[in-house]
Amino acid sequence: MKKIFTILFSVIVLYAQAQQNTNNLLIKGGTVLTITKGTLESTDVLVTNGKIAQIGKNLSAPSGHQTIDATGMFVMPGIIDAHSHAGIDAVNEATSPVTAEVNVGDALNPFQIGLYRALGGGVTTIHSMHGSANAIGGQCETIKLRYGVKDPEALRMEGAPRTIKFALGENPTRVHGGGSNIVPRTRMGVEFVIRQAFSQAKEYMTSWDTYNKQKNQKGFRGTPPAYNYRLETLADILKGNIIVHCHSYRADELQMMLKVAKDFGVKRLVFQHVNEGFKVAPEIAAQGAMASVFSDWWAYKLEVYYSTAYNAAILAKNGVTTSINSDDGELMRHLYHEAAKTQKYGNLTDDEALAMITINPAKQLGIENRVGSLEAGKDADIAIFSKHPLSIYAIPMVTIVDGIVRFDRAKDPDDMRIVVDPKQPLEIATFREHHGHSHESCLEGAELSFEELFGTTANQE
Amino acid sequence: MRSKYIFLLVAFCICFFAEAQNPKAKFGTFALTNANIETVTKGVINNGTVIIKDGKIAAVGTNVQIPQGAEVIDCKGSWIYPGMIDSGTTLGLIEFGAYAQATDVSEVGDVVPQVRALTAVNPNSAAIPINRISGVTTALTVPDGDLFCGTAALINLHGYTPDQMFAGFEGLILNYPRTGRRGGFDRRTDEEIKKANDKAIARLNEIWEKAVQYHKLDSATKGTTGYYPEMQALIPVVRGEMTLLIEVNAAKDIKAALKWVKEKNIKKVVLTGVAEGWRVADEIAKANIPVLAGPVLELPSRDYDRYDKAYQNPGLLKKAGVKVAIRTVDGNLNYRNLPYHAGFAAAYGMGREDALKAITIVPAEIFGVSDKLGSIEQGKVANLFVCSGDPFETKTQVSHVFIEGWQMPMVSRQTLLYDEFLQRDPGVTKQK
Repeated sequence: MKKIFTILFSVIVLYAQAQQNTNNLLIKGGTVLTITKGTLESTDVLVTNGKIAQIGKNLSAPSGHQTIDATGMFVMPGIIDAHSHAGIDAVNEATSPVTAEVNVGDALNPFQIGLYRALGGGVTTIHSMHGSANAIGGQCETIKLRYGVKDPEALRMEGAPRTIKFALGENPTRVHGGGSNIVPRTRMGVEFVIRQAFSQAKEYMTSWDTYNKQKNQKGFRGTPPAYNYRLETLADILKGNIIVHCHSYRADELQMMLKVAKDFGVKRLVFQHVNEGFKVAPEIAAQGAMASVFSDWWAYKLEVYYSTAYNAAILAKNGVTTSINSDDGELMRHLYHEAAKTQKYGNLTDDEALAMITINPAKQLGIENRVGSLEAGKDADIAIFSKHPLSIYAIPMVTIVDGIVRFDRAKDPDDMRIVVDPKQPLEIATFREHHGHSHESCLEGAELSFEELFGTTANQE
Repeated sequence: MRSKYIFLLVAFCICFFAEAQNPKAKFGTFALTNANIETVTKGVINNGTVIIKDGKIAAVGTNVQIPQGAEVIDCKGSWIYPGMIDSGTTLGLIEFGAYAQATDVSEVGDVVPQVRALTAVNPNSAAIPINRISGVTTALTVPDGDLFCGTAALINLHGYTPDQMFAGFEGLILNYPRTGRRGGFDRRTDEEIKKANDKAIARLNEIWEKAVQYHKLDSATKGTTGYYPEMQALIPVVRGEMTLLIEVNAAKDIKAALKWVKEKNIKKVVLTGVAEGWRVADEIAKANIPVLAGPVLELPSRDYDRYDKAYQNPGLLKKAGVKVAIRTVDGNLNYRNLPYHAGFAAAYGMGREDALKAITIVPAEIFGVSDKLGSIEQGKVANLFVCSGDPFETKTQVSHVFIEGWQMPMVSRQTLLYDEFLQRDPGVTKQK
């Protein structure tokens, strides 16, 4: 079976590669939604060497530039998903409440068809995250959807700041306290686990500092402290070199994490999901933390029962930099529609709504100087829509990453295989569960076995 | 003694404030004037009036007499649409997910057709107002589980008992044996899947054969056979008196189900899900079996399928001549997103008119209640909503919802939380 998939993927990849050509483009005559500098009618965007060279009227294409006619269409920055588990083959290292030493960037998979499908929704950058099984999970990877490349390394957004996943509440307490009978089993325990880890990291830093100070002194006879990558990583958080992205829901645990961050001097903190963020929006804003939320998900478990779809609007209006994310391979494809829900639930303006999927997630990932708006000098990550992207009838037509067209609806084949072999045994399809099953992808890899989930009776397969 | 009084006082306060927070629905005569009316079945009426009286639509048109004493609601600049019908929900059965104690959706056993969703609908579920204030007035609430997992019920989203909510249709669910995988974590081999499927088909046939025999016995003895709840529940389907809703998604399984229905000569059948319906659309059309298709906002079922196949599915089915209703089956109880599932279907090939029908009149027809629901016509039940524009458009606001002539309070727990927390008081500092 694996082999078949490998063959299939390589065929898909070959096709995608056939689409690429140049990273020099002129996008003519669209309505340009810059996000940060207003909306410009009948405007051209010139892309040179994968960067936005110029935005203006009646630009002419230098030689070697491919022209895309965007007349009647809408040109916006490529969408950024601050919470995804796409592009990686491992999500949870669910073996310890603290696993700062692991990195999902070691499990990048450029062949996932989900990356292409996300391009079909105008997405160009995603934050591929470790799961939420552990209070302190693994490091995450910010990747660009350069679907078509074969080298996993080529997915990384070079220069993007390091990030790490934290998780509060039901998931870590269920996996460790419930599943393995170790701390944490409660939200009290979650706080302890995080404080303990930071305290140990501080000790570790001190012992290295002391050693480094003394080692060149005359007559020094000590040995260096034992190298520990987990503590190194935690120390990097304390030094401000890694942005914490903290899976969280309830008001109490949000305040707890804010206090822990304050006590240990952690300044770069983004809450993920944060369904009850609206309840402590003033506290989040006061500390300069940020929030990345679902547009309207609720009720998939107790800790999201007291949610409101107005969460994003309340957070934003209280001064919290807020983004809307997907955490889901399907939802990721229509983040523009999810952003529009902030207009239904909270009357946000077009620019405020679109900022939630462009410049705001860029800020949360520390890449706002590179992506998230259409400005000269920024990466040419661009999505072209048939109608205004906040309209339900809008269809993403062309998606560009670093000036290269990675998705073009007009050239999209009905069957992704180049050669369809009728003998290929690929009849098995996959249908996701819906009724009564948690939609949260965060626990992937930490879940029970299939048999435990569904039993082994006749129709339960 | 004192604590008892305090308890009573607290209880009184709780009741008082609960009352203050939960305004009641209002029954009466209403005149919705100056509105653009999307009747669905008879086109659009501009600058028209809808009269609601005795729970019914008493009149629709541009030249309508406003009854004396009617409460007039000026709908200038607004639109009136028939209430939307989501035929894929668990409303009232799941309060929230992941906890057995909060769900009543899946009973033990592979043949439990006698258990009825209507029995366990919680009329006070928080999800009901959350969904209805977006214009979803009616829902099919569906049990889940193994082969014959129970009976689904059509409910209106207002009432204080399940009976008050019942909207006149119940259908028996059959989860047709599945050859598809159930998600990325399903790592069974092809052989294991086939083996499980063969076993399930054999079990289905055994049950059906038994039901046919039981029907004959029951007919011969004029209903005096002993208590046999499963078989008694299956009899109406065997006799063609009740609809069998067959949940089936993979193309191969749809073909098998169509063949099975034909072989067993089952009269009233609806296919549900049909994620790969587009692959076998002509065959479904030929069998003249309607479908409840969805979710539309879903991934394609195979890696090599075009990325937007799930969005296209309802349109492709419709084009082939299948009667198509659209449903959400939203695991987060967000049935309020029904117009967006329809909107995506519309944008990706179905067109707006057919997509609108697919969440109004078509499901009403499929459930045999189109004399009461699904359009704005004189004499129909007053299930409708008033909104600021095209309800498929995300930013459109719904201002009024009527269900069976009752004017719904336009609040839910989610709007109450917005009101309380938009400008929280106290803020960061609490005055003491």
